[in-house]
Amino acid sequence: MSQGEMIIQQLFNALTIGSLYAEAAIGLAMVFSILGLINFAHGAILMVGAYSIVFAQAAGLPFWASALLGIAISTLAGVLMERIAYRPIRGAPDVSLLLTSFAVTVLIENGIVVFVSASPKGFPIPQILNSFVSVGNMRFPVIDLSIIGATLVLLVILSLLVTRTKIGIAMRAAASDLVGARLCGIDIDKVIVFAFALGSAMAGVAGIGWAGRLGDVDPFMGLGPVLKGFVACVFGGFGSIPGAVLGAYILGGMEVLFTAFLPTELALYRNAYVFIVLILVLLLRPAGILGTTAREKI
Amino acid sequence: MLIVEDLHVYYGNLHALKGVSIEVNEGELVTVIGSNGAGKTTLLRTISGILRPRPGMITYQGQNITGLQPHNIVRLGIGHCPEGRHLFAPLSVMDNLRMGAFQRGGGEEFGSNLERVFKLFPILKERSHQSAGTLSGGEQQMLAIGRALMGEPKLLLLDEPSLGLAPVLVTRIFEVLGELKREGVTILLVEQNARMSLNVADRGYVLETGEAKLQGSAAELSSNADVIKAYLGG
Repeated sequence: MSQGEMIIQQLFNALTIGSLYAEAAIGLAMVFSILGLINFAHGAILMVGAYSIVFAQAAGLPFWASALLGIAISTLAGVLMERIAYRPIRGAPDVSLLLTSFAVTVLIENGIVVFVSASPKGFPIPQILNSFVSVGNMRFPVIDLSIIGATLVLLVILSLLVTRTKIGIAMRAAASDLVGARLCGIDIDKVIVFAFALGSAMAGVAGIGWAGRLGDVDPFMGLGPVLKGFVACVFGGFGSIPGAVLGAYILGGMEVLFTAFLPTELALYRNAYVFIVLILVLLLRPAGILGTTAREKI
Repeated sequence: MLIVEDLHVYYGNLHALKGVSIEVNEGELVTVIGSNGAGKTTLLRTISGILRPRPGMITYQGQNITGLQPHNIVRLGIGHCPEGRHLFAPLSVMDNLRMGAFQRGGGEEFGSNLERVFKLFPILKERSHQSAGTLSGGEQQMLAIGRALMGEPKLLLLDEPSLGLAPVLVTRIFEVLGELKREGVTILLVEQNARMSLNVADRGYVLETGEAKLQGSAAELSSNADVIKAYLGG
């Protein structure tokens, strides 16, 4: 592989990883921006969607229909989670909200362990997604191409939703000034449901890419995405949607960079290097790259 | 139009309002004056449903609105331009105004409300694509009032609209209040600037440490010895 091909190949890998992180990070950012809640259970939403796809396919549904169903179930899971777990304790201290999200995560994960199985289940994907596009010596897996493409399309749709629709603008308004939003007559409950629904749908999509690349699902598969999404949010500025996306691609880029261009014995510690960079970023910009600090609670 | 009866509000253990009763009739401009911490902002926030009274009753157009959610109160026609403005700084001026109309229909209704706001504050039209955070203090106050007007309020609650503004802007804001009153908007105005607000108001209340100590017509209050001593610098 030539130097140029190597760089393009690694850039492609970084885009793939960054896209998956972005899909996971957006929901965390949206919910945090309004509620001040770091929804740790966001990973469980992703996992539930991925499991639904496994079951739907086992029941005979084609992959694409199952995928849509999985996204719908992730969306529903997010909305129900807000309604059942978070709404009753809204206004409680941040720590109570965070602990609740841990509790919800444990509950859902163990629900899967008890009622399904603790061991991984295969996540079948169509042959086409398992194939490659080869250019010169470079290989581009179709599933990675799909992840990048789907993410770009979703980011465009998302930005239209939050800048052109009334409820989307209201979401950003509530994130910027909650009291102002309520005094304008914005129904905060609706806005919060919208944020959970949109973020959970994105998590559902992330779950497909995540499980598709690994080839299986397990009850604790949500942990990786939620942690990566969390780090992406901290990089970009917690609560900022563009920040979450930017942070996700920076994170993906760094991981690939450290893996590809460092000797193997040093590359093993790539996560440590990522956090060193994160600390340096936060020293310069404590609120993250695009972050602002001011926030009000309900 | 608005009757507030025996309103008590607490922040934790702090008794912020201790049985405040006020009344605003249709078409009136009523002012509540009082020093910092007297409970003026608390009173308005309770009327808007941000804070809950315990106990107390708020009746608007014959309907008990105590404990309703803020968005339902806005829908009934009570607009609130808060102290400190509470604008959406990263959003454009236009989007701020759009959010003010959240409970109203789009289309023609939105267009005519927008026209009215731009007529009162032409600068907002020029700045409509700028983000609200980049406006000057005076422009931000105009936007805050404009945003409240986009909800087509029958009763407008105004909290310290003159705070921190240059004298020429203060005059302009009070002129606008006069114009709104002539248009038939009922106004409940909270102000530290007692002189200016008693000038435009029909009636007033004096709030001290959570209690309505005095009430009367603006003229009566302006000539009351205690008011002159405490609030008019006499």
